[in-house]
Amino acid sequence: MLELQNISFDVAEETALGSEQKEILNDISLTIEDNTFVVITGPNGGGKSTLAKIIAGIEKPTAGRILFDGKDITSLNVTDRAKAGISFAFQQPVRFKGIQVLDLIRLAAGRRLSTADACQYLAEVGLCAKDYINREVNASLSGGELKRIEIATVLARSTRLSVFDEPEAGIDLWSFQNLISVFEKMRARIHDSSIMIISHQERILEIADKIIVLNDGRIAANGTKEEILPTLIGTASAVEACKVLTDK
Amino acid sequence: MLQIKEIDEIQKRLLMEVADLHEVPEGAYNIRANGEAAARNTTANIDIISKEDGSGIDIRIKPGTKKESVHIPVVLSKSGLKEVVYNDFYIGEDSDVIIVAGCGIDNCGSQDSQHDGIHRFYVGKNAKVKYVEKHYGSGNGTGKRLLNPGTEVHMDENSTMEMEMVQIKGVDSTKRETKCDLKAGARLVVHERLMTHGTQDAYSIYNVSLDGDGSSADVVSRSVARDKSYQKLDMCILGNAACSGHTECDSIIMDEGRILAVPSLEANSTEAALVHEAAIGKIAGEQIIKLMTLGLTEAEAEEQIINGFLK
Repeated sequence: MLELQNISFDVAEETALGSEQKEILNDISLTIEDNTFVVITGPNGGGKSTLAKIIAGIEKPTAGRILFDGKDITSLNVTDRAKAGISFAFQQPVRFKGIQVLDLIRLAAGRRLSTADACQYLAEVGLCAKDYINREVNASLSGGELKRIEIATVLARSTRLSVFDEPEAGIDLWSFQNLISVFEKMRARIHDSSIMIISHQERILEIADKIIVLNDGRIAANGTKEEILPTLIGTASAVEACKVLTDK
Repeated sequence: MLQIKEIDEIQKRLLMEVADLHEVPEGAYNIRANGEAAARNTTANIDIISKEDGSGIDIRIKPGTKKESVHIPVVLSKSGLKEVVYNDFYIGEDSDVIIVAGCGIDNCGSQDSQHDGIHRFYVGKNAKVKYVEKHYGSGNGTGKRLLNPGTEVHMDENSTMEMEMVQIKGVDSTKRETKCDLKAGARLVVHERLMTHGTQDAYSIYNVSLDGDGSSADVVSRSVARDKSYQKLDMCILGNAACSGHTECDSIIMDEGRILAVPSLEANSTEAALVHEAAIGKIAGEQIIKLMTLGLTEAEAEEQIINGFLK
């Protein structure tokens, strides 16, 4: 379904000695097959979010090609990639003054969903629909509520590929339990589609088909859950995951 | 009661834009078209009387009138027409009414068309008023469409007034001045929505005087300045008693638009609690990107963000 060929991404970084190129991703090649649930993990600053943004078209790679269903989409912008069948849930969801939850879900679905249908997506992410459907997607919503609404917009799109950037970030432990069940349900329903999640959470790693470990801009490991997960427990990235959890 | 006169298609369209009127409204109404009264209806509780000097109308609402509405839209479809109209509203004690005003100008000609409507409200004790005012311009002539509404609101004890002021499209130049004074326990809520484009300019000036203990005002303006348009938002609340006041100017600036926001507060009593907020900025890039990830183009995303903001 998705193939990354030799993707690199550099940014210019200002230093005391002037501007220098900093490498964020280096020669990443990977394939995501149909009907798989892939988790990308690894230490913070390893390039995970950048990789997700490159797939969604928000960042352009410095080098390399991206193929989606065999078609080269490297030069496509965000809109065209969304239309081609890629969805992206932001790590920090965006707020909008005046736009209601219902509006956002309708925009995501690309059609004038009935309120009842839109509510269905909210129910799936564990929000009581009648309390939220007419709320504005603004600062009055908590981080956890926004994250769920963000996930609901991706569900409403139901595209070939859904990419979630750290869905657990900013969510309290109580909400996190519910979130896991949302992803478990999505995992069970994969059909002609694939899910890619950036996560540090063991519970999410446990429902993966495949795990890719990104470290320092390179792929440190790539394999099935059975192959990769045992190597992560107790390692630096797992410690990092625990730290993230205790920080919350 | 007057019979409804001929109203042309353009005027019908304008009426729809400014007053959501598809046909003759229920309740009391006075429709003014091209400088003349086109239709009027009064009810047992609401009387509409032309001023003797012909400069406008008096709307008299009897005390205790509940759940009734008054529509007083004005439409201009003739190029070069200039008029100043004075409408005075006397809202009786304990009444609860909706007043819908609005002005639509269609100017296809080369001369300027101008409507200056001065509305004065005398809101009686314990009365509750919802006031909706929409302004709209259309037509592709070189003549300008000018609207200069003046609004005066005098609120008696424990009265409530909720004002919705909307000007979204097509008015070349506007200077809107709103002055309010509130007695004890009176409550004023204003929601203004303003969008300017092309080379339009708009001045919106509010002066709210909280004179009685327990009075309160919440004046919120959301505006968008596109192209080369200019806006000045000048919102002043004076606290002269144990009162609470809040103003908020929240603006989006695009293209080469310019906005000057001047929120101001004046406290003349130690018991006055006054707050102002003002923010001007372009549409956040991440908002556009989020909507693009849902499949909207950049232009569609901008449109949605503005529509939501001005909703």
